[in-house]
Amino acid sequence: MEFKYDVVVIGGGPAGLAAAYSAWEQKDTKVLIIERLEELGGILNQCIHNGFGLHYFREELTGPEYAQRFIDRLKETDVDIMLNTMVTDISSERVITAINPVNGCFEIKAKSIVLAMGCRERPRGAISTPGTRPAGIYTAGAAQRYANMDGYLVGRKIVVFGSGDIGLIMARRMTLEGAEVIAVLERGGVPSGLTRNIVQCLDDFGIPLMLNTTVVDISGRSRVESITIAKTDSRKNPIPGTEQKIDCDTLLLSVGLIPENDIPEATGVRMDPRTNGAVVYENDETTTEGIFACGNILQVHDLVDYVTSEAIRAGKGAAQYAKNGEPGSEGLLDVEVDTNMITYAVPQMIRPANVEKNVDISFRVRDRYEDSRIVVKDEEGNYVARYGVKAYIIPAEMQRITLPGKMLEKAKGSKIIIGIEKGE
Amino acid sequence: MYDVIIIGCGIIGAAAAYELSKYDISVALLEKENDIAQGATKANSAIVHAGYDPEEGTLMAKYNIKGASMMKGICEAFDVPYKQCGAFVLAFDDNDMQEVEKLYKRGKNNGVPGLRITGHDETLALEPHLSNNIIGALYAPSSGIVDPWDLCIAYAQTAVRNGVDLKLSNTVVDIVKMDDRFIVRTDKGEYETRYVVNAAGTHADRINDMVCEHRFTIVPTKGEYYVIDKKDSDLINATIFQCPSAKGKGVLVSRTVHGNLIVGPDADPQEDPDDTSVKQSALDYIMEASLRSVPTINFRSVIRSYAGVRANSDVGEFVIGEAPETPGFINLAAIKSPGLTSAPAIGLDAVDILKDAGLNMKKKNEYVETRKMIRFDELSAEEKNALIADDPHFGKIICRCEHVTEGEILAAIHDVIPALTIDAIKKRCRSGMGRCQGGFCGPRIAEIIARETGMPMTDILQGPVGSEILVAPTKSREEA
Amino acid sequence: MKKVVCILCPRGCEMTVTGEEDNIKVSGNKCDKGIDFAKTEAFSPERTLTSTVHISGGIHTMLPVKTSKAIPKDLMAEAVKLIGKAEVSSPVKTGDVIIANILGTGADIIATRDM
Repeated sequence: MEFKYDVVVIGGGPAGLAAAYSAWEQKDTKVLIIERLEELGGILNQCIHNGFGLHYFREELTGPEYAQRFIDRLKETDVDIMLNTMVTDISSERVITAINPVNGCFEIKAKSIVLAMGCRERPRGAISTPGTRPAGIYTAGAAQRYANMDGYLVGRKIVVFGSGDIGLIMARRMTLEGAEVIAVLERGGVPSGLTRNIVQCLDDFGIPLMLNTTVVDISGRSRVESITIAKTDSRKNPIPGTEQKIDCDTLLLSVGLIPENDIPEATGVRMDPRTNGAVVYENDETTTEGIFACGNILQVHDLVDYVTSEAIRAGKGAAQYAKNGEPGSEGLLDVEVDTNMITYAVPQMIRPANVEKNVDISFRVRDRYEDSRIVVKDEEGNYVARYGVKAYIIPAEMQRITLPGKMLEKAKGSKIIIGIEKGE
Repeated sequence: MYDVIIIGCGIIGAAAAYELSKYDISVALLEKENDIAQGATKANSAIVHAGYDPEEGTLMAKYNIKGASMMKGICEAFDVPYKQCGAFVLAFDDNDMQEVEKLYKRGKNNGVPGLRITGHDETLALEPHLSNNIIGALYAPSSGIVDPWDLCIAYAQTAVRNGVDLKLSNTVVDIVKMDDRFIVRTDKGEYETRYVVNAAGTHADRINDMVCEHRFTIVPTKGEYYVIDKKDSDLINATIFQCPSAKGKGVLVSRTVHGNLIVGPDADPQEDPDDTSVKQSALDYIMEASLRSVPTINFRSVIRSYAGVRANSDVGEFVIGEAPETPGFINLAAIKSPGLTSAPAIGLDAVDILKDAGLNMKKKNEYVETRKMIRFDELSAEEKNALIADDPHFGKIICRCEHVTEGEILAAIHDVIPALTIDAIKKRCRSGMGRCQGGFCGPRIAEIIARETGMPMTDILQGPVGSEILVAPTKSREEA
Repeated sequence: MKKVVCILCPRGCEMTVTGEEDNIKVSGNKCDKGIDFAKTEAFSPERTLTSTVHISGGIHTMLPVKTSKAIPKDLMAEAVKLIGKAEVSSPVKTGDVIIANILGTGADIIATRDM
């Protein structure tokens, strides 16, 4: 049996669902979603808390509800879905090798491909904490899956290391289930999760957030028995003499997410070391023709709503590629950032001729900036766009600007540069 | 009553058990942990040493050379990953070069094949990512790497298939010598045997002292390692050693048979034979020391750090043979490096030692001497398809980093030595060995173990006894 | 005077609430929604509660649920206990009421996915 599609979307989470729907909307496009698990929805299925959809649906939904809306939309389409199917390889000619129990090891030919495999959590190994290696150390997401989908608690006396949103959400969930969450530790001086989660997940339950604090040792041979924490200096290194032992049976890690980039890397897609994701053009196309990327495999988002809009762009781009091939790259603009203030921007390149009306650019800042505005300049230092003054711009929130295509026409030179300026 | 009880199922005990399982005698293999290969076998450098290190005339030299020559054949028979990748001992200055020349001579005397000294240019031509500061190296093409867990597991599995009784979770607490037999007491029961083989690793001195004169003291010596993500591991082909010098004994940088890079170990004597906790100071040391050899190792791609405890001893030599004052008690003890390399030869010798000690045994007419593993990810598309058509569980990938299928996990669970913990399955299937370190597949594997064995999820262990991964059901599950 | 942080959206406005019941003043809010939130948060805080109930015959053993509207914060622990006692069987549709009017709050416990 030969499988041939216009657009194949890899990953059935929020990015894949939206990308597939958007590709299908481009008339006469034969679309397939490949999902490695037994159902669609991805990580949203275990994110049972609310707070999703405020931008996209203008109402507050839980993770499963948000996923359900897109799953329901897809039911009205002829998009094919392959569950329990794992992609093991993608060639630069867009031949996908996949494995599942029904079809075995097989190939799918795609005119274009959307990579939407999401991200994974940084495990303990990635932070190299010394000490023993007992049971009781989990990523917050693994604990979330056990609690919300399997119905089990990973511990009773818990310390959360890292102030990422999943860690905060799990601190609340475990507390409501009767566990004691002793503290949430953050190596740096600023929490990495959203303020609303600090309030409703920690403050509501009197869970202390200990900033400038790290884990320097783990004890317990079979199961965690205690951890040793220490204060950190301005470079986030532990300060000797500040050690303090905490008895606990569990250490939950919420220390960052990494795009699931094995396949794009192996396919030879150009990667951006700042995002750990692919380098993309204005329509989320990677540097490998016909291969697109969106969602957390492209850059780690904090709001699923933004994943959705990025995925809609990718799905549309992929469908258009399937129909028309590669767009022209006349007047190609590099999207650069003022590296003192901004860490990265996505997309990294814009083909102006392929911009219909606007192009959305997302980026993250290095520090907190108050009463400041985002500006876009061209290579000669002229303003391409200036945005309204914001009370504050913070690293925990991905920033997004919509840049009208008309303004791009004004840009002189071969790049635009995004910066932050003090407002007046 | 058994003819032979072997205490300890690390690589030495397992190799001895396998060699003895070819004979018409009854053998029991006692292991204190709930899985095999849990001591030094679990955490070491995984090197098949060429044999230039041990001094001439020592048991270490003898078994190293013989073990290294047996390794390829045994790994082929058991389908154990092995690669002859060669090794370099780097010289950074004239003192190092003198050491290299000493090792070269010693290696020649020991009978190491193919040894030669390479200059700066040739060494860098062969290994372009080495430091430009080297002035030369000893090159040992016969050096190799092996999967030590799998070798131990293969030995033990085949021994069990040949009739050896493996008794896990049995800690020996006492041994009593009677006229014609020993009584071996464990925390689980009492076993009688005519011969005792002590392969208890870091606990071997304690076992020896239960029934023999004190002849050696184990000095448990910890060594820390870093494991680097495969994507940043393609820096070297051979194993890269440093010369011992005033700055320390040096660390190695090596590939694993699975394609990762490992860096380590430190050597830190300690009291506790089982303490494998990792110290930051040791990690810092191995990082700094390894960068002298290979300056471009990307330590941001570390996926795991671990420590192993070697059974070094105060005699500086293997203790192998029957205790003269306690006939029937055989030590295969104080097996420090090159213990892994020596294991096949020591196991083979255990047969002769027992024969010399008066145990009459005849080779069986038939016994198993091969083992086959399904490693799905290494198969061709056709082979994968055939396997999935036969058993759809092979079409379901559970560990996404290492592409381990449910079929392989089921095979491990239902093996002659059932793998019933997440770590036991990891040791056999590599699930959780990749860059996400089991974050995703851990819960899935726990579910599969529970489903296959009927154990409640709250009883599933990460590894050792007491390492339950879950403490309780959530409220809504508890009520149901 | 009470300080409250808005949780309605990711912006997280820090607001100040002054005055008494019939003359409450809110400052620091960046949108109108913040005013109502601040008033409630200062005097009788409410939260939407999410949890799971046991389900038989579904693809998973746990079904995610939530309160159909925010309930008083101090009732959350009790509500979780009550939700724990509920048991449903597949099929369930998103929005199906699992427990009506939990603890007399006027909020229902509803399913948040099909299963």
